[in-house]
Amino acid sequence: MTQTTNSNTLIQTDRFILSEAEHAAIEHEMHHYEDPRAASIEALKIVQKARGWVPDGAADAIGEILGIPASDIEGVATFYSQIFRQPVGRHIIRVCDSMTCYVGGHESVVAEMHKQLGIGLGETTSDSRFTLLPVCCLGNCDKAPALMIDDDTFGDVQPDGVAKLLEAYV
Amino acid sequence: MSIKTLTSIGPANKIARSEESHPLTWRLRDDAQPVWLEEYQAKNGYAAARKALSEMAQADIVQTVKDSGLKGRGGAGFPTGVKWGLMPADESMNIRYLLCNADEMEPNTWKDRMLMEQLPHLLVEGMLISARALKAYRGYIFLRGEYVDAATNLNRAIEEAKAAGLLGKNILGSGFDFELFVHTGAGRYICGEETALINSLEGRRANPRAKPPFPAAVGVWGKPTCVNNVETLCNVPAIVGNGVDWYKSLARPDSEDHGTKLMGFSGKVKNPGLWELPFGISARELFEDYAGGMRDGYTLKCWQPGGAGTGFLLPEHLDALMYAGGIGKVGTRMGTGLALAVDDSISMVSLLRNMEEFFARESCGWCTPCRDGLPWSVKILRALERKQGTQQDIDTLLGLVNFLGPGKTFCAHAPGAVEPLGSAIKYFRSEFEAGVASSAAPATTGQFVPA
Repeated sequence: MTQTTNSNTLIQTDRFILSEAEHAAIEHEMHHYEDPRAASIEALKIVQKARGWVPDGAADAIGEILGIPASDIEGVATFYSQIFRQPVGRHIIRVCDSMTCYVGGHESVVAEMHKQLGIGLGETTSDSRFTLLPVCCLGNCDKAPALMIDDDTFGDVQPDGVAKLLEAYV
Repeated sequence: MSIKTLTSIGPANKIARSEESHPLTWRLRDDAQPVWLEEYQAKNGYAAARKALSEMAQADIVQTVKDSGLKGRGGAGFPTGVKWGLMPADESMNIRYLLCNADEMEPNTWKDRMLMEQLPHLLVEGMLISARALKAYRGYIFLRGEYVDAATNLNRAIEEAKAAGLLGKNILGSGFDFELFVHTGAGRYICGEETALINSLEGRRANPRAKPPFPAAVGVWGKPTCVNNVETLCNVPAIVGNGVDWYKSLARPDSEDHGTKLMGFSGKVKNPGLWELPFGISARELFEDYAGGMRDGYTLKCWQPGGAGTGFLLPEHLDALMYAGGIGKVGTRMGTGLALAVDDSISMVSLLRNMEEFFARESCGWCTPCRDGLPWSVKILRALERKQGTQQDIDTLLGLVNFLGPGKTFCAHAPGAVEPLGSAIKYFRSEFEAGVASSAAPATTGQFVPA
């Protein structure tokens, strides 16, 4: 059980146990590399895929499989921007904030998201439907402004198209 | 397989192109669907790999690439053959790696995405030939996590190649073994720095490494390693297949660089996009003939030739030729060759604030000038944007441009961050000065003296 006391403090009371599927997937990934440590990022992504985010205990569990300290796993988990160390919404909106999308007007798209969802960058809606994040250039610059919702990439996004875009993600 | 419209569909799929003049893009389909093995082979695919593996000695492949003058297409433009030549001659160092830098995150860069989504076999073939030349037994494509379709298509291409005996053991009966994996990242721009990429591949934080030793001597897992960009590797099959003389005939006569380049223009131009063009065309040709000039109602204020880390140029600089030396003559670097048009509705202070927010966020934090200097520039730019700057602010920014410049930081991240800042102040100083609060005290002896 995860209890939220305020936006930044989580008290995690349950012991963290990797599922068999997660365990197997991490073991599988290890064999693609010369050194088990190399699977640490992939292991975090495996846990995140199953749970939406990476709870505290995951570092210990992954470290145990890979044979490296949990602190190293935590160091990696907190370095990479696409590993989430706190719960996120069911859908992740990644808004490209490169200068090309700035020129294309991405800030007005972010403002429209704020108007519709009541959240700014780095925040999650109270119904846990969406988390809104900035992301490095999405490589869709001829169609700026660009954004991703989960694994789908969109281009030429304008504020008046935001509502329709969000509809498909419940 | 369901038909999915790939994000990378664009003008490169539509312009007239031929095998002789468009080695990177002639195989693209008009409908922008991926070119799978059968079609790729029907379009002469893997012919160069067959030639390289059956007719050429490893040293010959390296020499051919050296002679072609191919330069890295990731932005820095280091000669590929020279980089390859740095791999140790010592045969006993027989565990070697070839890494493909597919961590395309440079703002305003959308070229590798197209190659990987639509022509995954071109990259596989380029890596196969390059691995043979470098005696690498294993390769990794370090792909950014957000390129979901590229990951799917590359993995399918690798499976197809394995099944056809083009990857794996004893490839095409040559006795050469090579296996290839796709490794997807988890964010952070710094992973594109080649030694940071190596750390990331090893499962560490992506801090750059000290050089020397260079990756060719001590790379991933301590072994000789070569890191090349996607577009660089995609040039290799045509060079090996068609030869150096043909390759050297591709660029315009005035260009010192050889071959073709994926060039683009974005911003409020009429026809933003990506095209495979010969080195040495003028930026004006790219801007006017290909991108169609500015949209109605917008005027070109300035432009950036190749990514966030290159300097701003004025409209009068559009006559510069698109190759390293041509852009060098007007004071900046060609970078990736994908240009951004900044229109007259954009405030340079706000644009630079946006850019430095990006660079500050993406600093890995390893060295002090970058970790502390970039947020400082953001703080100042935000103040100037609110018209609350002080008289010293512009001098402080210029000081940061100097102290975060080339040679003063651990890697090229901060120098890339301050190059556009320095050029923006150079050309649009009055816009920065307009951000100084009208009530601000006049400049006193600066507490921060630019060296």
